[in-house]
Amino acid sequence: MNNQDSPITEDELHAYIDGELPADRQEAVAAWLIAQPDAAAQIAAWRAQSEAIRARYNAVAAEPVPERLKLDKLIRNGRSWAGMAAAAVVAALLIGGGAGWVARGASAAAPDGYELLTNDALTAHKLYIGEVRHPIEVGATEAHLLPWLSRRVGTSLRAPELTTFGLKLLGGRLLPGVNGPAALFMYESGTGERFTLFCTKLAAERTALRYNEADNFAAVQWVESGYGYVVSGPQDKVRLKSVAKSAYEQMENRPPAANRTSLDQPKLDQPRFN
Amino acid sequence: MAGFQQSVEATIPALRRYARALTRDRDIADDLVQDTLVRALRSEHLFLGGDVRSWLYTILTNLNRNRLRSLARRPILMSIEDNDAPDMAGPEAGHRDIERALAGLVEDQRAALLLVVLEGLSYREVAEVQGVPIGTVMSRLARARVQIKAYLDGERPALRRVK
Repeated sequence: MNNQDSPITEDELHAYIDGELPADRQEAVAAWLIAQPDAAAQIAAWRAQSEAIRARYNAVAAEPVPERLKLDKLIRNGRSWAGMAAAAVVAALLIGGGAGWVARGASAAAPDGYELLTNDALTAHKLYIGEVRHPIEVGATEAHLLPWLSRRVGTSLRAPELTTFGLKLLGGRLLPGVNGPAALFMYESGTGERFTLFCTKLAAERTALRYNEADNFAAVQWVESGYGYVVSGPQDKVRLKSVAKSAYEQMENRPPAANRTSLDQPKLDQPRFN
Repeated sequence: MAGFQQSVEATIPALRRYARALTRDRDIADDLVQDTLVRALRSEHLFLGGDVRSWLYTILTNLNRNRLRSLARRPILMSIEDNDAPDMAGPEAGHRDIERALAGLVEDQRAALLLVVLEGLSYREVAEVQGVPIGTVMSRLARARVQIKAYLDGERPALRRVK
């Protein structure tokens, strides 16, 4: 009975409760424990831990599998896997910002980059449209508004012309965004309604225009060439969408000299006020 | 390869259980499972036989490690009541205690412990999932158990109430 006599190591105690010991050694430990109340108590505590973990989490495996995790659904969406992976990367990059975002109570779900973008834009929108005297940092009449914001955000920006919607550009400001500096342009209607356009670098797949509502505000966002844009305003879906569509078209129809890809250096010498 | 998909499908409930215990957050856990499944389906051709289950646990464990690394670069916000709320009695309190005890572990120790006691993997399988020698798995397990016991025995680290 050599096995019976050799000393029991702590590793073996773990292996014992996890069923990892050879049968003869298993018996040897069991026999040894009878005369070792301290070790037996330790083992009882470890077993209780395992039981508590199983009691807490085993029920999860018995829950019905949520729709989004059904395999046939994931297979059917196969063509969008690349997109989902890209979104997952963005979520991984931005999830730190998401911790604060969740803490603000907007949602318990893990946010993706698109949600964070909208959230940042709406937060800025709500904060600054309420400002009576200082809604902006630099006025629309100041020539350095666009060169300055373009340089800081890293792309050639333009402030879309929205007078057809009765909106006049007040000016803009620089803000911290989840991925770096962000620009906020503010517009005002004759009746004092304010709209904002938020723009920041965003490493995400390009998207079509998406509409979101939150509190008393709404936002339309899109991603193009490595930048995310959000137009925020009052909850008026039809109007906001047409404003956003116009902003989108003007942004995308910047002359080629504006070098829209994120890799290119912004051209700072020719701000386009249009 | 229908057998592959069946094996993946059969593992989903266990993956959800493991992810939930690993993250202690339902939504983050299911996001991890979804990412894991998407990756598995996309790289089915890279799977050259062996245990599908271990492979899925490996993907999920790595994805969670990436997630925590990106979190670590930013401040982590924790709810204030987490550390010093008075304990209630009953099974709810037991559940919360073990959750908190798990939360206090280093990620690699938590994963090793959960893979063994919750998912029933062998030490060898855990070593493969974590990409470390069996000895490392065993020391992770041992440290995890010591720390959980200390926590449950009342030696809760940090943030004691100061009157």
